[in-house]
Amino acid sequence: MGKKILLAHDHVPGIQTYEVYRKHGGYNSVEKAIKTMSPEAVVEEVKKSGLRGRGGAGFPTGMKWSFLAKPEGVPRYIVCNADESEPGTFKDRYLMSRIPHILVEGMITSSFALGVNTSYIYIRGEYFYIVNILEKAIEEAYANGWLGKNILGSGYNLDLFVHVGAGAYICGEETALLESLEGKRGNPRIKPPFPAIAGLYGCPTVVNNVETLAAVPFIVNEGGDEYAKVGIGKSAGTKLISASGHINKPGVYEIEMGITVEDFIYSEEYCGGISNGKKLKAVVAGGSSVPILPADKILNLANGEKRLMSYESLADGGFGGGTMLGSGGFIAMDEDTSIVENLFTFARFYHHESCGQCSPCREGTAWMEKILHKMIDGHATLSDIDLLWEIQAKIEGNTICPLGDAAAWPVASAIRHFRSEFEEYVKNPKAINKVTRMAV
Amino acid sequence: MAKVTIDGRTIEVPDGTTILQAARMIGPEVAPPTMCYYSKLKTSGGYCRTCLVEVTKGSEKDPRPMPKLVASCRTNVMDGMEVGNVTSPKVTEARKGVVEFLLLNHPLDCPICDQAGECHLQDLSYEHGSSKTRTDFERRTFEKIDIGEKIQLHMTRCILCYRCVKVANQITDGRVHGVINRGDHSEISTYVQQAVDNDFSGNVIDVCPVGALTDKTFRFKSRVWFTKPVNAHRNCEKCSGKVNLWYKGEEVLRVTGRKDQWGEVEEFICNTCRFDKKNTSDWTVEGPTAVNRHSVISANHYEVFKQPTEFKLNVVKPLSIEEGEQA
Repeated sequence: MGKKILLAHDHVPGIQTYEVYRKHGGYNSVEKAIKTMSPEAVVEEVKKSGLRGRGGAGFPTGMKWSFLAKPEGVPRYIVCNADESEPGTFKDRYLMSRIPHILVEGMITSSFALGVNTSYIYIRGEYFYIVNILEKAIEEAYANGWLGKNILGSGYNLDLFVHVGAGAYICGEETALLESLEGKRGNPRIKPPFPAIAGLYGCPTVVNNVETLAAVPFIVNEGGDEYAKVGIGKSAGTKLISASGHINKPGVYEIEMGITVEDFIYSEEYCGGISNGKKLKAVVAGGSSVPILPADKILNLANGEKRLMSYESLADGGFGGGTMLGSGGFIAMDEDTSIVENLFTFARFYHHESCGQCSPCREGTAWMEKILHKMIDGHATLSDIDLLWEIQAKIEGNTICPLGDAAAWPVASAIRHFRSEFEEYVKNPKAINKVTRMAV
Repeated sequence: MAKVTIDGRTIEVPDGTTILQAARMIGPEVAPPTMCYYSKLKTSGGYCRTCLVEVTKGSEKDPRPMPKLVASCRTNVMDGMEVGNVTSPKVTEARKGVVEFLLLNHPLDCPICDQAGECHLQDLSYEHGSSKTRTDFERRTFEKIDIGEKIQLHMTRCILCYRCVKVANQITDGRVHGVINRGDHSEISTYVQQAVDNDFSGNVIDVCPVGALTDKTFRFKSRVWFTKPVNAHRNCEKCSGKVNLWYKGEEVLRVTGRKDQWGEVEEFICNTCRFDKKNTSDWTVEGPTAVNRHSVISANHYEVFKQPTEFKLNVVKPLSIEEGEQA
């Protein structure tokens, strides 16, 4: 069994409630931070821990915190990004619905560390039932003196609010999230300035993923060094993986970074192998946006070593031969899956979710979907594959926010690794009818 | 002050200048094209991606190149920065892509579009685009909407530059239109068909880079290159009163703001000047407008016809094979 940090008490009955959570060491980090530590010391521990952003980009959290501008007389904000909408990712939903207090605790400790007096949890509209769970948890925290005025008699004040989005994928992009939180249309802002300088209402703001903030209590309680010992190299700590697709045991798993991908897919502790005894064909390792890899490439590195579940190992081989850990949406596909039809599903998603602000993404995502649709209808020609390739290349890197890249990468990698399948599909579309399409 | 080199030409500009502004200071040869940026409108720019440039050297202090192409209209210069615009193959390639994307859903109805001749998208596709289209899908279409008495919105032609939204936000005293829907379904609209009625609402026509917002008092009256622009002014309580009158014969067909060499109005004008003052007697005419950039308009006017120089057959002679090799 690997080390559990976030889901250590997942099995405890009633862990949703304040009493049980508190009995299992809950809110100790708030007590420790406020009573015995300075805000700077908390930031220092987080830096030492090597914790990296769990939303997908993997940016070191301590460094992000240290970028936060601290001008006199201007409020600062922490916003928790709970707008989890990446196809294949459902870890935050699990964590928030099972152990809501760990997020509340993490936010209080983090807010104290950054001298923040107002914090927000921006949660996607589809998670309406979790809103109730979180609000109940926040209410309990207020009632027990963990939130509000003069917390633990220290003179530190903090208010925590839950804000419900309207269910747009783009609002998971941090600046679009801030726009939406301000009550505007959820369009990503043009950077710079970055949120650390001018974020919510023009004030310095830190936006962190649910899982990132939930890791803070452990770091404060046990020390950053202790956290850094878990995991491998620069991929410190544990990661929640949302495993889905053609596996025997889909679900959310907390893994210690550094286990092999093979172990993760085939061991009984995790996914338990491919369902119906079929063979693995391909894996999308970090949510729909990251490059898809065929089975041999996801299991092994180019040098023959086993690929590990870590930021570095998954990215090994660059964009040609590697992928990304992303948000940890692990989608396994068996031998019967059609890569073309699966790609169409993804392309349709990105077309639907593009905000329409900048031209490459607005027009390109729609165009790619139309071409893939044509392919599935059996009207495409071989030149359409090249056209798809060129469109994605024109989108990638040329857009305001990463949604353009996220739409381009799956197309690029699918054509790169499965070009023959595309050609087969175009030449003889009628032959391919037994395939299954991943549901998104 | 910051020293910046664009396409091999160096200029010193104040800190806080954007790459685009610096390029414009050097001259039109190095200035990236713009579709959404408008120097008179705050926070405009960044959307169309036609002004993408490659920063090959970040600054004197940090010479690392920027990893991606950047929008020159929204990126400030740093001291020692080196920028590639038309000299960068990456940029020309990306720009070609952007033009293709912009034209993907744009109707090629230039022959019946009032904007033809002064359309920035025409210029852009002519200068940076490809001559062939690679799409055979149906283009998105919308019904024409009258927003107010004098302005028509033809959303089908819109490229979503957001300029008209910024005009309404910054120039008029209340915005009643905006962008609704998402992705390629986005459209400029008043949502519930409401009149955009405001003293300065007519400026949305001037800032629109394409023929999406047109002047209903001018629609289908004439091709712009058959009209002659003159500079004129009047005493106006609401605006500067400095305009262009567009004549066809003795008749003033339309009134617009005066545009600079980048196609941006120098000063925004009010609706009274634009829509209601269409007699020469309303105005003090200063003289013909110098039109240099949109050559289509200037094609037939104001130029003294030059005597064609005598064509001498002997001057141009094809290179012989030997001469060619020597060179």
